[in-house]
Amino acid sequence: MTIAELNKIYDEYADLVKVRRLVAEEGAKLAEKTGYRKQILVCGGTGCTSSGSRKVVEALEDELKKQGLEKEVLVVKTGCFGLCALGPIMIVYPEGAFYSQATPEGVRRVVDEHIKNGNIVKDLLYKETVHEDGSINPLSETAFYKKQKRISLRNCGVIDPENIKEYIATKGYQGLAKALTEMTEDEVVQCLLDSGLRGRGGAGFPTGRKWMFAKNAPGDVKYVACNADEGDPGAFMDRSILEGDPHAIIEAMTIAGHTIGAHQGFIYVRAEYPVAVQRLEIALKQAREYGLLGKNILETGFDFDIEIRLGAGAFVCGEETALMTSIEGNRGEPRPRPPFPAVKGLFGKPTLLNNVETYSNIPQIIRKGADWYASMGTATSKGTKVFALGGKITNVGLVEVPMGTTLREIIEEIGGGIPNGKAFKAAQTGGPSGGCIPPQHIDTPIDYESLAAIGSMMGSGGLIIMDEDNCMVDVAKFYLNFTVDESCGKCTPCRIGTKRLCEYLEKITEGNGTMEDLEKIEELSNHMKSSSLCALGQSAPNPVLSTIKYFKDEYLDHIENKHCTAGVCKNLLRYEIVEDKCKGCTLCARNCPVGAITGTVRQPHVINADKCIKCGVCMNNCKFGAIVRK
Amino acid sequence: MKEKNLIPFNGTEAQEQQLKEVIAEHREQPGGLMPTLQKAQGIYGYLPIEVQKMIADGLGISLSEVYGVATFYSQFSLTPKGKHKISVCLGTACYVKGSDKVLEAVENRLGIKSGECTEDGLFSIDSCRCVGACGLAPVMLVDEDVYGKLTPDQVGKILDSYLETKGGND
Repeated sequence: MTIAELNKIYDEYADLVKVRRLVAEEGAKLAEKTGYRKQILVCGGTGCTSSGSRKVVEALEDELKKQGLEKEVLVVKTGCFGLCALGPIMIVYPEGAFYSQATPEGVRRVVDEHIKNGNIVKDLLYKETVHEDGSINPLSETAFYKKQKRISLRNCGVIDPENIKEYIATKGYQGLAKALTEMTEDEVVQCLLDSGLRGRGGAGFPTGRKWMFAKNAPGDVKYVACNADEGDPGAFMDRSILEGDPHAIIEAMTIAGHTIGAHQGFIYVRAEYPVAVQRLEIALKQAREYGLLGKNILETGFDFDIEIRLGAGAFVCGEETALMTSIEGNRGEPRPRPPFPAVKGLFGKPTLLNNVETYSNIPQIIRKGADWYASMGTATSKGTKVFALGGKITNVGLVEVPMGTTLREIIEEIGGGIPNGKAFKAAQTGGPSGGCIPPQHIDTPIDYESLAAIGSMMGSGGLIIMDEDNCMVDVAKFYLNFTVDESCGKCTPCRIGTKRLCEYLEKITEGNGTMEDLEKIEELSNHMKSSSLCALGQSAPNPVLSTIKYFKDEYLDHIENKHCTAGVCKNLLRYEIVEDKCKGCTLCARNCPVGAITGTVRQPHVINADKCIKCGVCMNNCKFGAIVRK
Repeated sequence: MKEKNLIPFNGTEAQEQQLKEVIAEHREQPGGLMPTLQKAQGIYGYLPIEVQKMIADGLGISLSEVYGVATFYSQFSLTPKGKHKISVCLGTACYVKGSDKVLEAVENRLGIKSGECTEDGLFSIDSCRCVGACGLAPVMLVDEDVYGKLTPDQVGKILDSYLETKGGND
């Protein structure tokens, strides 16, 4: 395909996709030109698929056919909209009507009442989009989306990721065309340097410098690699980008290949992401068919191809040298740096490795210029960052905000606050390598430096919110358990250090901790930080250190009072039945898995503390609030 | 681990034929061991030592190297799994919403621990790190079916549905 042919596809399909970015009259006018009276977008991301979006699509297609509407109404399976808590999500354009928690029954009503007769089914809409007077708020005006700025996620939830034409319709592959025909390799590198883009995998190394090192490294054979081994549990930004906009990654890697002089790329994806892998495979195939990948790309004579390699469940493979060792078919153990991958990487050749989110920004930066990107963000952190907002928060989902947005804005405004009237306790960023941010730092603007200054880190983008019911010692233990499991075992400080740290935390949560243990934890942590081989071991103590720093009273409560304020640590807990409140309904005794509750009907029951495994089933089942946890 | 894991290897010839094709496909590929193991596990359901030997011979590398890689990654299993594979997510988002209690309920219900298989071979339990359905936390997978927003008391009913229908709950 030539660039002229690429532009032709753009001209043909641009309006079709543009309808989805406009609402009301503007959108309706444009919709008329496209041949489709209505477009119905249904999320096909992992979150919505898990809550049943496939059945919604089936019901939709079935009902449209029944009503004879399939020619005038286009159904599009998109990637993630971001608001995963409300899935399955369905949007009807040009009205921009946002139906949440869609069901096959609901879909039939929508087709019947809305699509056929033009009456929006208001009781099925996301309630935030309906005004009291009955008028509809566009999605972009809701609290969840209003403060977001979607650059990385611009096509997620907008285009059909399995249709390359829809990507081209959003000026897709124009960045590649520009890099191949209008720019020199040095200009591409300079553009990235000027944009201020930094690695979104967590460490924040300037992307342009990485490209420059790889470009300047001597060698005939070089590789481009993409780190899609999203290991932080609770982070799913990269997965959503791969599922929702896979061509952006392919385009960026191809630009990278041309810039540094590589002809082969590898995408290393977690095997736990079957939908992402499948979408990538489809995208690669289509890109090859369209001459945007493979031999003689855009008829410029440049050859580049990409291969997918699956991970097999090892967190450490998110570390760049371990990832490359794994692609080589070995145990995914890290190796010392230097030599850095840009000098000696995959199969011993100079290799450029970036993370998915980093790549997703690049085609747009090339197309729109460095100034455009650098105009967003803070002095040292440019652009936007995607966060996977999870845990004790109302709007669980994917958010993209300009750098410099405060945590408070994300939690209270975009996230909709903490559910069930509970109090906010901590925000965890950076996963097992990061730290917990307490309420007093909630106004910290998010950028690489500010987060590091308060003992946490940007990380890859997991943002887990915890409330008063979470025990911070238990959370630290949870992360240490994780790093014990995931330490590859190659270097001693990490292999043994994580285990010993975890043992201290177990001791404290079991009620056997001493003040001396706290000192030893800090000493050991410092040794691990200075002597571990890779970032996994160097950062493994962070969850412990940051919780000791900000939640020391909780540690002291466990150690001195043998008490867990949040009521999480089992050994420090006791369940009791309040005699006055118990009606003797026997429900608790019947539900107790270990037969620890005894009593006769209509008489107060008693819990045998020796038998009790503290599972809490009794308390959850009691209708009279007669069971208390102490 | 447990003696019940010492089930004798009973691969079929058809499986062996499939494996040979996989080996031939990846023999010349740099770093071909991982994809070979992944596909082999797809064929046999797990990677017993017999299969590892065939892969070592086929790819022309040592058995210790194959074993080293097979034991490094958590996705590879050297022991057979149950007919229904239960996987409880212990990622952070699920954990802070109480998925450890869900796992405990599954373990109590089946009388086995995570990583084990029931004696009748019907269920095996594993914990996993994030399936990416954090909006539905806490999450459990039984085979391909995703159960979200779980509470421990729902577990019994869900597992029973697999006893009756042998399939999903759909």
